[in-house]
Amino acid sequence: MADNSQLLAERKKRYFDCVELKKPDRVPIAPLAEFFPARLKNYTVKEVMYNHDLMSEAWLYYHEKYQPDQSQNPFRLRGFGPLLETLDFQHLKWAGHGLPDNMAYQFVELELLKVEEYDHFINDMSDFMLRRYIPRVCKSLAAFEKLPPFSAQFSYFWGLFWPTAFLDPEVAKAVESVREAALAGAKLLAAGRELEGKYQAAGFPPSSGGYTQAPFDTLSDVLRGTKGLMLDMRRCPDKIMAACEKILPLMINAALGAAKASGCPITFIPLHKCMDTFMSQAQFEKFYWPHFQELLQELCRNGLYPWVLVEGNCDNRLNSFRNVPEGKIVWHIEGSNLRKAKEAFRGVSCIRGNLPVSVLVMGSPDDVRAECKKILDLMKDDGGFIFDTGVNIGDARFENVDAMFDYVREHGVY
Amino acid sequence: MQELLNAVVELMEDEALALTKEYMEKGKSANEVFDVYKAALAEIGARFEKKEYFVPELILSGELIKAGSEIIKPYLTTGENSSGKPKLGKALIATVEGDIHDIGKNIAGMMMDIAGLEVMDLGVDVATDKIVNEAISWQPDIIGLSGLLTLAYDPMKMVVEGLKKEGLRDKIKVIIGGGQTDEHVRKYVGADIFATDAMVNVTFAQQVLGGR
Repeated sequence: MADNSQLLAERKKRYFDCVELKKPDRVPIAPLAEFFPARLKNYTVKEVMYNHDLMSEAWLYYHEKYQPDQSQNPFRLRGFGPLLETLDFQHLKWAGHGLPDNMAYQFVELELLKVEEYDHFINDMSDFMLRRYIPRVCKSLAAFEKLPPFSAQFSYFWGLFWPTAFLDPEVAKAVESVREAALAGAKLLAAGRELEGKYQAAGFPPSSGGYTQAPFDTLSDVLRGTKGLMLDMRRCPDKIMAACEKILPLMINAALGAAKASGCPITFIPLHKCMDTFMSQAQFEKFYWPHFQELLQELCRNGLYPWVLVEGNCDNRLNSFRNVPEGKIVWHIEGSNLRKAKEAFRGVSCIRGNLPVSVLVMGSPDDVRAECKKILDLMKDDGGFIFDTGVNIGDARFENVDAMFDYVREHGVY
Repeated sequence: MQELLNAVVELMEDEALALTKEYMEKGKSANEVFDVYKAALAEIGARFEKKEYFVPELILSGELIKAGSEIIKPYLTTGENSSGKPKLGKALIATVEGDIHDIGKNIAGMMMDIAGLEVMDLGVDVATDKIVNEAISWQPDIIGLSGLLTLAYDPMKMVVEGLKKEGLRDKIKVIIGGGQTDEHVRKYVGADIFATDAMVNVTFAQQVLGGR
């Protein structure tokens, strides 16, 4: 039987060799699994989203079967059915809530920060979040909109009476929902920790220990909505900059805090709205890159290793992306040109990617092997490369995932 | 009216809307003013094609023409026809069943509209039968099927098969679009082309319909 602590150390070294642009023993492989492990065990998405035991069982099975070089802990991002339900969460449609039982959840575009509320957000963010954002995104906490602003509760005497706001029956009910959500969340996190322990015992290091975003993406995804923020770029550019300035420290702290709590220094950062076709290079350089670059620099300065998923085609952004600390960041390429990425990041950053998931979903194992070969031929070189898929393998055919792992493990050896 | 044209093309909302109001109050022909908007949109489309404008500008121009139309509408007399050119053809667009994403579809629809197609947008998460039934009754020249996720592949394929069953496949060009579409997906679905960029649709539409 293999010594798993050695296996764990080997896998960690394999990954960090790549990050630091050194040659590992072989090309690591650890694709984004999404709900693929549930399909392997013939569980529906809904079953694993709600049943923590089934989720742990399926994900452990997936890891043992394929032996990826990093583990994925699905609980925070996939196993949250009971929590979403308790909060009556509006930003997602999920299995049983607007989607069939065997479909992965989907993001719903919302405008939770209205354009006229920028100043409220910028000047008193906590108040905005508690009394505007949370009530809108979590319908079961809608009554928090009725709370008075806490910033106005000065003592000694008029500040004594703020608790009366909680006598409102709807507010009291919302407080009860907070308690239920806390219990659901704690159960979820405990299941996540338990699975993490099993992964480590089986020799699988975590793929990331935290999550953060470019400030522009946070503003776009969860506050203004894609359309709202695109309009703001022309209508009120200064507000975008001021809001991103406020969001940046939160994004930094989110990553630092999660890394400290998890003990894993890798931060996952998916990029959502900076694709070449979404905005001009000038707009990218003005609105997106400065805060994002600062985020990366700050994380690296604090000993973290960002793993950036570059979604869509960002060929034109590569020359900006290369202005980052050397040997710290992994650029996970989805739709950008791998050859251009290789040129841009030479001597600067490790590249991860990018087997087209269309081949895994619709192709044959031979097609998969041919694509894997193309990628390894181009990227293997002298290290600094991690094999992955462009997006997640959720809908991939089983035999194709087998073919991908087998091929890369065999031909990825240096 | 060059001033209005410039204001719309440069996306100066306040100026454009103020001018529109002024023209209407001074008794200019509603159709003429509306035609200025159309000409401006064509120029905006051209700038998008030349990569001078991007999605923010397209979305803003969509908002601007909506606001402009609201000002013009009350002045349109019944029976008055736009002096616009006849439509290039008809395009039916939808995000396929199971997928709720609409940003890409909306941009594609807008660009086809600017390019002179009559566009019918069925929305998101549209059932295969509904798309096929609309194809039977509305007889589009092009069907644009959108989907961001890999789960969209099968519903796209089912639409194409539905069209075949109804004997319509040869009469209608099928475009699939979305971040996860590529040549593999096009073949699997049986579409004519795939598009990850709104201009691909327009160029394709102009190619297949322009010569008629």
